[in-house]
Amino acid sequence: MPSLWIQNARVIDPASKRDSVGDLFVKNGKIVASLSAADKKSARKIDAEGLVACPGLVDIHVHFREPGQMHKETIETGSRAAAAGGFTTVVCMPNTSPVADTAGTIQLIKDSIARTACIKVHQTGCITVGMKGQALAPIGSLARAGVVAITDDGDCVQSNELMRRACEYAKMFDLPLMDHCQDHSMTVGAVMNEGVMSTKLGLRGWPNAAEDIIVSRNVILATYTGARIHMQHISSRNSVEILRRAKSRGVSVTAEATPHHIALTDDQLATYDTHFKMNPPLRTEEDRLAIIEGLKDGTIDIIATDHAPHTDYEKDKEFDYAPNGILGLETALAVTLDVLVKQNKFKLTTVVDLMTRKPAAIVGLDVGTLAEGAAADICLFDPNEKWTYDAKAGFSKSANSPWHGKELKGRVKTTIVDGKIVYDGKTIR
Amino acid sequence: MPWTRRHLLTLEELTVTEIDQIHHTAAAFKKILKRSVKKVPALRGKTIVNLFLEPSTRTRMAFDMAAKRLSADVIAFDGASSSTTKGETLRDTAENIAALGADMIVIRHAAAGSPLYLSNILNIPVINAGDGSHEHPTQGLLDTFTMRERLGHDLRGKKVVILGDILFSRVARSNIHALVKLGAAVTLVGPSTLVPREFEPLGVTVSHDLRRALADAEVVMLLRIQHERQTAAMFPSLGEYTSLFGLNKTRAGWLAPEAIIMHPGPINRGVEIDSELADGERSVILDQVTNGIAVRMAVLYLCSGGQPENVVAAD
Repeated sequence: MPSLWIQNARVIDPASKRDSVGDLFVKNGKIVASLSAADKKSARKIDAEGLVACPGLVDIHVHFREPGQMHKETIETGSRAAAAGGFTTVVCMPNTSPVADTAGTIQLIKDSIARTACIKVHQTGCITVGMKGQALAPIGSLARAGVVAITDDGDCVQSNELMRRACEYAKMFDLPLMDHCQDHSMTVGAVMNEGVMSTKLGLRGWPNAAEDIIVSRNVILATYTGARIHMQHISSRNSVEILRRAKSRGVSVTAEATPHHIALTDDQLATYDTHFKMNPPLRTEEDRLAIIEGLKDGTIDIIATDHAPHTDYEKDKEFDYAPNGILGLETALAVTLDVLVKQNKFKLTTVVDLMTRKPAAIVGLDVGTLAEGAAADICLFDPNEKWTYDAKAGFSKSANSPWHGKELKGRVKTTIVDGKIVYDGKTIR
Repeated sequence: MPWTRRHLLTLEELTVTEIDQIHHTAAAFKKILKRSVKKVPALRGKTIVNLFLEPSTRTRMAFDMAAKRLSADVIAFDGASSSTTKGETLRDTAENIAALGADMIVIRHAAAGSPLYLSNILNIPVINAGDGSHEHPTQGLLDTFTMRERLGHDLRGKKVVILGDILFSRVARSNIHALVKLGAAVTLVGPSTLVPREFEPLGVTVSHDLRRALADAEVVMLLRIQHERQTAAMFPSLGEYTSLFGLNKTRAGWLAPEAIIMHPGPINRGVEIDSELADGERSVILDQVTNGIAVRMAVLYLCSGGQPENVVAAD
C-alpha cells in the first residue's frame, strides 16, 4: 500500500484540537506526523486545496438489512453508500430477518462484513429475544460475539421491568443500550406527528409525549442502574429538555439526532409523500429548533442517520401503508452542514465532532480521530461544492430519499479507510 | 368562468366560485330528478368505476345512482372481493382499471390521501368518495347545498354547530373547509378527546359547552360516534356520551327557532340523536340524501368536462 500525502487541506480533528491548513500523512494505514524523504517521493499525493480533511465519519445508526431483507440493501451496497457519504465506520441495527439476537446470526453478519464491506461495519444485538420485548436476549453471548451495543431499535422495550434488568445485565459487559423511545400504547396506528398537520390531513398522529415518557423512563433507569442508555433519534422538544436536566445531574445518558429531524418538519407531509414518512416522525418547527439547540449545548451528543432503505415499490403506497424510513448516508454531511453550519452558525469543528469522535465514543470504538498513530480513516470534502443528489444513481440499493433531485451544498470527494482510498468522488474501489 | 378541474380530491382546494358552480349545476340536476324521466344523456358512453375499498352503503348507492342518471356505465369494484385482498397494490389496481378503459374513478379508501395518490398516477379524473379521516368532499358539498336551500344562498355569518366525533370524521373536515370558505361561523362541539384544539387553525371555534354552542345556532350537524375508528377509549361509554352530548328535545330547544338538524348517516338513534328529533320537522336528514344524488351528478358531470351553463340548456 503506498503512503498518502494529502496536501494543503484544512485539517479538522476535534480529538487533537487541530483545525489548520496543512498536510496529512499516512503510512501503513496509520496517520503519521510526517513521511521520510523517500516515502514522500513514492507517496500518492492528493491535492486537497480548498477541501476539509477530517476523520472518516461515524454513523452508529444504520440499517443494512442483512440478513433477510437484501432486496432493500446489503452490507455491500450499504457500506458503499456509506463510503460515498464520507463514512468509514457504521453500526448496524439488529432488526434484520432473522433479528440479530443470537451469536450465530452475529457471526453470519460478521462473515458477510469481512467478505463484502468496503468500510468498517459493526453490529448491534437485540435486547430481547426476537425483539419481542418479552425475555432477555443472550446478551452475554452477543457481547462475546462482538456486538458494540444492544438495542431493539424500532420496537422500544415496553416493559419497565425488562428494561431495568437489561440495563443491569448489559452493564456487566459494559455494553451501552440504545433505545428507540416510543410508548406503544400511545401510538397505535400512528403514522406521523400528532398536531395541527395530522388533524388537517386526517392521519393518525403520535404525540411527543409518547417519546418523552420513554426518555424519562430511561433517564430514571440509567440513574437507578448506572447503565449507559443512548436515546436514538430524538424528535421532541420536551425530550431535549428532559435530557438536558438529566445530563446536568451527570446521568449516564447520551442521545442522537438525525439530519432529517433537524432539517425538516411535518409541514412537508401536505401531499402525503411517503418519502417524508419515518419513525419517529418529522415534528414541528419548535421541535426542530429545540433539537438544534440541544446539539449546540451538548444535550444531544451526535448526529446519526437512521439510514433505512426501502424499495420503490414498498414506499410507493398509500401513506398509511408505506414503511417508515429514508436513506441518509449519502446526504447526511451536506444536509447537516446546511442546517448546522450555514443556518445555525455552528463551527465546522463542532459538526465534525458530532459526526466522528463523539459517536465512536458512545459505542467504544477506537476511531474518529486523525491523531498520530490512529487508523487512517479520512474523509475529504468540499464544503462549498454544490451538487444535485440523484438517489437513483446513488450507491444504496434503494432510492427512498426526500432529497432526491435536490441541490445540496458540501460534497464528499475522497473516503479513505485504513489508508486505502475506497471512494474517489466517483467510484468505489 | 369555465370549470377546469378534473379531479375532486378535497374541499380544502376548491374556491368559492367552484363551490357555487357545483351547487348551481346540482340545482339544475335536481329539477331533472323531479321529472318522470329522470335520466339525461350527459355521460352516455362513459364508464365510471366505483372503487370502494372500504364498506359504504349510502355514498356508494348515491354515486351509482348519480352516474346512472347521467347515462354512464357503472362498474363496481369491491375491496373485499377483489385483487387487493390478494396483495395487489393500489397503483396496480388503478392502472389496470385505467387500462380497461374507464373514464373516471370514484374512490373510497380507508387511507387518507389515497385519492391524491391516484390522481398523480392516472390520467383520468379521480373523485374522492371519502378517504380515511381526511375528507369526504361530496358530502360537504351536499351538506352546504342543503343549508343553502334552507337558509338561503348566503351562508355568511350563519351559526353552524358540528357536534360529535370530529377527530375521526372526514365529513367534519370537508364541511369545515366548505363552510369557512362560505363565511359561516363554525363551532365544533364534543368531548375534548374527540374535538381537540388542533382544529382551530382551520378557522373554527372549538367548544365543549353544548348549551353555549347550541344557543341560537341555525344549523346543528350531528356526527356518528365511529366505534370502528377508535383504537382507545376516547370516552367512558355511549351512555355518558348521550347524557353529555346527545341531541334531545330540551337541547334542541336552545337552537334558533328555524334551525335545521342534519346528519350524514348512518344514524345511531338514541345515541347522538333522539329518535323523535331525527324524524321531526327540523330534521333535513333525508333531504341530504336526496341532494346527494344531484350534487354527485354535478361533480361527475363537471369533472368529465361538462360546463355549468350547459345543464340548464338540457333542462
